Amino acid sequence: MSELQNNNRRDFLKKGAWGVTLAAWGQLVFSCSSGEGGEQVAEAGDTVKLLSPEGELVEVKKEHLRHVHTIEKVSKMEARHGIPGRKFVMVIDLARCNNARKCVSACQSMHHLPSDKEWLSVRLMKDSEESAPYWFPKSCFHCDNPPCVKVCPVNATYKRQDGLVLIDADRCIGCKFCMAACPYSTRVFNWSETDLPADADIHSYSPETSTPSKVGTVEKCDFCPDMARMGKLPDCVTACPNGVIYFGDENEDVITNGAETLRFSQVIKDRSGYRYMEELGTEPRVWYLPPRDRLFPVERGFENLPEGLQDELRDMLEEG
Amino acid sequence: MNVTENQNATLKYFAPHLEKFSTRSKMWAGFLLALIAFGMFGLYKQIVDGHGVTGMRDYVVWGVYIVNFVFFIGVSYAGAIVAGILHLLKVPWRRPIIRLAIMLAVISAIVGPFFIILCIGRFDRLYYLFIHARLQSPIIWDVLAITTYLVGAILFLYLTLIKDFAIYRDTKALNLPPWRRKVFKALALNYQDTEFQKKQVNVSKTLISIIMVPMVVIVSSVLSWIFGMTLRPGWHSSIFGPYFVLASILSGVGVLIMLMYAFRKIYKLEEYFTDKHFVYMGWAMLILAAAYGYVTFSEYLTSWYGSEEWDSRVIDKLFVKEYSTWSFFSTISVIVIPIVVVALKPLRTTNMITLAAFLVAGGMWVRRYLIVVPTLETPLLPIQDVRPEYVNYSATWVEWALTIGGLATFFLFFLLMAKFVTIFSISEYADKTKFAGIDITDTKNVQQ
Repeated sequence: MSELQNNNRRDFLKKGAWGVTLAAWGQLVFSCSSGEGGEQVAEAGDTVKLLSPEGELVEVKKEHLRHVHTIEKVSKMEARHGIPGRKFVMVIDLARCNNARKCVSACQSMHHLPSDKEWLSVRLMKDSEESAPYWFPKSCFHCDNPPCVKVCPVNATYKRQDGLVLIDADRCIGCKFCMAACPYSTRVFNWSETDLPADADIHSYSPETSTPSKVGTVEKCDFCPDMARMGKLPDCVTACPNGVIYFGDENEDVITNGAETLRFSQVIKDRSGYRYMEELGTEPRVWYLPPRDRLFPVERGFENLPEGLQDELRDMLEEG
Repeated sequence: MNVTENQNATLKYFAPHLEKFSTRSKMWAGFLLALIAFGMFGLYKQIVDGHGVTGMRDYVVWGVYIVNFVFFIGVSYAGAIVAGILHLLKVPWRRPIIRLAIMLAVISAIVGPFFIILCIGRFDRLYYLFIHARLQSPIIWDVLAITTYLVGAILFLYLTLIKDFAIYRDTKALNLPPWRRKVFKALALNYQDTEFQKKQVNVSKTLISIIMVPMVVIVSSVLSWIFGMTLRPGWHSSIFGPYFVLASILSGVGVLIMLMYAFRKIYKLEEYFTDKHFVYMGWAMLILAAAYGYVTFSEYLTSWYGSEEWDSRVIDKLFVKEYSTWSFFSTISVIVIPIVVVALKPLRTTNMITLAAFLVAGGMWVRRYLIVVPTLETPLLPIQDVRPEYVNYSATWVEWALTIGGLATFFLFFLLMAKFVTIFSISEYADKTKFAGIDITDTKNVQQ
């Protein structure tokens, strides 16, 4: 048993390291778009050398690189059961976040979401008048006692043995009760048909990929179990320039942000990790490290926000 | 069965209404159908263009639709409990009211659920509620509660109609086309008013009343638990069960008084729906308004005094900020006005009581809105969104069209019911001489 666990751990560390190497050029299969249809990419720009599937070394313009995910298809049964032996956990280091919003856009491009739909959002928080404001990235908390799952009338949203809370959009009737029940405003509704990019695989819906979006149903952050099955980190983790988000497995007690790999229990203990609104009893699987010894002033994050929101948040800060 | 002289006389009086549609009722029906068509156009828009045509968004996921749902279902529950209690208490003045109350129960329980269906993103998967039902979900509790209740209410209505069906079948006073006689004959289940049959019907009516009264308490609590079971300020409260029970009955009594007034006016039934009936129903409204006021006070006092951060934000919106005007006027109209109008003798007139009932019904709709929307607009995490329609809810024309369509359907059902059967039980007026006023101290004429 312990050997098995050790194997698992080694396996995970190996995969974590694989993730680190990949993080350099991304866990991406490159795809070369010839820029047809007048979408000529600007001439200036760096090129990168890549190995083509035929084994040739080719030089490609950086602008032509695009994220394309190969998806490991799993059955609906497997998607309900979860990845055996895993217990996924996320740790977010608030001291490092400067609202670069790379996690948000990476998540959106991975799941073909329009720019105003955020499964992962970054909020500006100010806990009390005296305390300093900080940026607060928020994914789905994948609660161990999920209020959303409790209220679902048709078993469309469910808790898996690996800790994830997923939605089966083929089952969802769109009653939105889960949205009313979630205290963290995590879930979003498909109010209309989403325009998908041409290369999106529209036939391969799985609760593990949550794409393509289905009109009239609810969707949310899924912790990218499709990536985990391939031993890769979610895109929000690898996209973050500051290594804010750590992802890992509680069973193996390991978390990584792609650059550094840490022991989950030790980090929580040493750095006073906490869960948002513990008193609600929802038992989130997302932990936060308090924004102590910050790397950035909070103002740095404002430049990435849309105009209207900047003013609104500045007003909020002034009000206290 | 033997139809008495008085019953024949009463039926003669109703004959023009039961035998055919007058021009006035045709125009009324046409008007209602036009409103329903308008609602259908809204529905078409919603189906074709998606739920984006409504004011509902990711924060305020439910809006006017669920308010209408709660309102109609609440009104329905009131009809059933009023009918049940009046039946069990055997008060003599109940006679014209029971039928109307139970009709109200059935009709609103049919109209109400349409509104919850409108909240659902995928009607095409509605049957999943049955094939994939998960008993842990309060929505499934509601599906079970409303269907069980609807069966009970229809049964109750039918039991109060059996004797009447037999009368319509046998009376010479009505000049009905043969097919309608046939329908009445089938529906009367060969009721001949034998001692045995009489006992059967009466015992069944008493039984269904005994079942319906506690059932209403349970099902209206279940209705409240859609909200009460979530972790949200303004909803997550143990008082929500009794709160909704009282709110339902109060709003329904208001609607019932308005119906009594309308039918009294249209059919000139002053001798049946006497001023006394309005006063009695007015007293019921007063007691309910006082009880509702007490529960409301208790609910808001607790969250205001405790002043937890999240609770306070909702309380602030309701009593100080954007909803304070609506909050104030709805509280006055559902709590203060009915108490004042009924308690003060000079104000206790039929017209004033009906006006108060109208304000109660309208005010209760607003109260429901104030329960649903402000809480949904107050999530735990601050809303940081540039899209104004996501931050604050405001109902669109599609939602109003369907609301008006639903209300028109409610009235159309009443119109059709009033064309099909008399709006009070003819069988209960066997011995009275023609059009005598109701002597409320006279109990011997009340058939059990």
